[in-house]
Amino acid sequence: MYDFNYHRPKSIDEALSALTSASDGKLMGGGQTLLPTLKMRLASPSDVVDLGAISDLKGISDQGGAIVIGAGTTHAEVASNAAVKSKIPALAALADGIGDPQVRNRGTLGGSIANNDPAADYPAALLGLGASVKTNKRDIAADDFFTGMFETALADDEIVVSVSFPVPEKASYAKFPNPASRYAVVGVLASKGPAGVRVAVTGAGQGGVFRVAAMESALDGNFSAEALAGISVPSGDLNADIHASAEYRAHLVGVMAKRAVEAAG
Amino acid sequence: MPSVSMTVNGKAVTGEVEGRTLLVEFLRQNLNLTGTHVGCDTSQCGACVVHVNGKSVKSCTTLALQAEGAEVSTIEGMATNGDLHPIQAAFKEHHGLQCGFCTPGMVMSAADLLQQNQDPSETEVREWLEGNICRCTGYQNIVKAIQAASQEMKG
Ligand SMILES: Cc1cc2nc3c(=O)[nH]c(=O)nc-3n(C[C@H](O)[C@H](O)[C@H](O)COP(=O)(O)OP(=O)(O)OC[C@H]3O[C@@H](n4cnc5c(N)ncnc54)[C@H](O)[C@@H]3O)c2cc1C
Ligand code: FES
Ligand code: FES
Repeated sequence: MYDFNYHRPKSIDEALSALTSASDGKLMGGGQTLLPTLKMRLASPSDVVDLGAISDLKGISDQGGAIVIGAGTTHAEVASNAAVKSKIPALAALADGIGDPQVRNRGTLGGSIANNDPAADYPAALLGLGASVKTNKRDIAADDFFTGMFETALADDEIVVSVSFPVPEKASYAKFPNPASRYAVVGVLASKGPAGVRVAVTGAGQGGVFRVAAMESALDGNFSAEALAGISVPSGDLNADIHASAEYRAHLVGVMAKRAVEAAG
Repeated sequence: MPSVSMTVNGKAVTGEVEGRTLLVEFLRQNLNLTGTHVGCDTSQCGACVVHVNGKSVKSCTTLALQAEGAEVSTIEGMATNGDLHPIQAAFKEHHGLQCGFCTPGMVMSAADLLQQNQDPSETEVREWLEGNICRCTGYQNIVKAIQAASQEMKG
């Protein structure tokens, strides 16, 4: 890892000024993706702006029809929060299945979605629940936020502040984890609620997380695993790597979608 | 060079570090607390697990400066006046270690589990150890030791 200037601002404004006055500044949430990236010298920022001391980015609030989670909230905090567990248990379970306890104690919601790893779990939660991302500049619907593998709609000087998840009638997340890293080989979040019927798939797409329109329309009116019989996703747009071929991933999308719908009840 | 201050095993410490200095480097090189190990340096193995403000983290994936003002505890802080902590004693009793390289991280990880769940099932222990890799034991006796320690600590 090359050296950098380290900043630990207390407010979003201070973070922005540290970021914009640096020649090549980088934000840091929990560092669980960023620090390994810097160790591998895949990036060498002049300045690292640690968001970890900004209290405005932390915490979970129950706003009745929605749960709002600060970008700096750790996966462990989401997994153990009483409001999340009672209103969106699928989201608590998803957070509890990320990596391992030590990664969950450090890694944050904001860092996960800003990174948009094609095998990360949270992108499926945002897209599958029809969440909305609040930044220091604007609100971005999940449908517009994830723009491609490791790509988002965020500008260089944009900080994720919080994510608002509408409370669904029913929802569940089914993941086929990579046995070593726990990242999703394929993960499917299926839900029914204020954002309609949604089926979001992570781990599989070459362009990152995506929705499956054919499954959504089949589930609209008949939200049951049987309604998904015979519906498959084409393997042409799916990832193939040492963990799974595109055809296997296409198969897993069908299996995980049925499991998610069944578990959602 | 930036300076960093924190409390390590109850003692206030201060040191000069670089921005990139990892918490594990600060512990091992500045403070000579070499009980915390580096197995992989890629966030996978858990040999470097310590507690920061009561929560287990990988000190190879934490900057020293991120721990500014924090309470840090390491394996060296587990025994009191030469008496092993019940988790350490249980690892010894149940042969929860062979080469011992993973052990400091295992013990610190287990200590975090047992402060949240005083009576974990075998499955809960195994799931919790997702981020701790052991090349020697096959885990069986590690799980046994942690469950035995939980009974001992419940009293
Ligand atoms: C061993 C291991 C296993 C893992 N397993 C899984 C898994 O099973 N599933 C999974 O989903 N993830 C997994 N992860 C990734 C983990 O969830 C990370 O915590 C997460 O991807 C990044 O969060 P972070 O807070 O650590 O972000 P960082 O690493 O600090 O930052 C990541 C990126 O986001 C940017 N960023 C951070 N915060 C903000 C913000 N508020 N606004 C704008 N940009 C921001 C940073 O600039 C950086 O580019 C794993 C990681 C490890 C090390
Ligand atoms: S040395 Fe930190 S996880 Fe392996
Ligand atoms: S005892 Fe040797 S690595 Fe665990």
